[in-house]
Amino acid sequence: MTDAVAHGHDSGTGISNIKLGMWTFLGSECLLFGGLISTYMLYRGRVTGGPRPSQIFDIPFTSVSSFVLLMSSLTMVLAVSAAHKNEDRKTNIWLTVTALLGATFVGGQVYEFTAFYNEGLGFSTSLFGSSFYTLTGFHGVHVTVGIIMLMSLVGIFKRSAVPGKKAEVVEMIGLYWHFVDIVWIIIFTLVYLIPV
Amino acid sequence: MTTDTTHIATSAEHSENHGMSTAGYIRIAAILAAITALEVSTVYIDFGPFFLPALLIMMAVKFVMVVSYFMHLKFDNKIFSLMFYAGLILAVGVYAAFLATFKFFIQ
Repeated sequence: MTDAVAHGHDSGTGISNIKLGMWTFLGSECLLFGGLISTYMLYRGRVTGGPRPSQIFDIPFTSVSSFVLLMSSLTMVLAVSAAHKNEDRKTNIWLTVTALLGATFVGGQVYEFTAFYNEGLGFSTSLFGSSFYTLTGFHGVHVTVGIIMLMSLVGIFKRSAVPGKKAEVVEMIGLYWHFVDIVWIIIFTLVYLIPV
Repeated sequence: MTTDTTHIATSAEHSENHGMSTAGYIRIAAILAAITALEVSTVYIDFGPFFLPALLIMMAVKFVMVVSYFMHLKFDNKIFSLMFYAGLILAVGVYAAFLATFKFFIQ
């Protein structure tokens, strides 16, 4: 019996159980975000009070945020690549850069929410406001959880206390991070670029 | 048993060797950035009737590129694709029906 099987990482078919579980989880997350995006699409034109989307969206600012998140996917995949080559230092550097880019994106979102609130769009101002804050807020929470996982991983690596295969652990967090990025790809187009 | 062990070892080797070179990843990121720039340009340039289809196609291309290359789904076991795309297709189907119920597409 191999170590991988002994640790329960691979099933009898040679497929990693952890990876299969992560992909199943991401498949289920599609349903969660599908619901939030559909609700927003339905309610985005329902503005009884407060500003309309076109009055408050700052496309250049959000474009830069989107670019930052897109580039964090590149740094994440470089971290996974370095982990597969057992280059610990490079892995830590790319993980930290990814977390920093993620934090920049979340910072941008906090700034955006604050600006929208100051312009009169509260959570309960209109159906547009409620569905917008719920959708982008849920995404922001996912990014924040990703940052916490990345920084925890860097800390655990420094103590060399990673359970199982290091590269696989980095890859799993990488899958989660890329998923957060693809959700934003959809949100950016449907919420910000397509006018009501 | 020997066959099983060999199969598992091959699978582990496959998972460690799949993917692309660093230059390949940078190339993909550059393409994604270029598509994003093109998407943003649709806000400022009048694309006429092509506006919506072009945006949706660019969004889909970016989505598939990240999933295929950055998430390695293109190089990985097909069962992972099945698990993910099953969830995605189910979500698209359910919510398309949900939106159709509220006459979203004929507004």
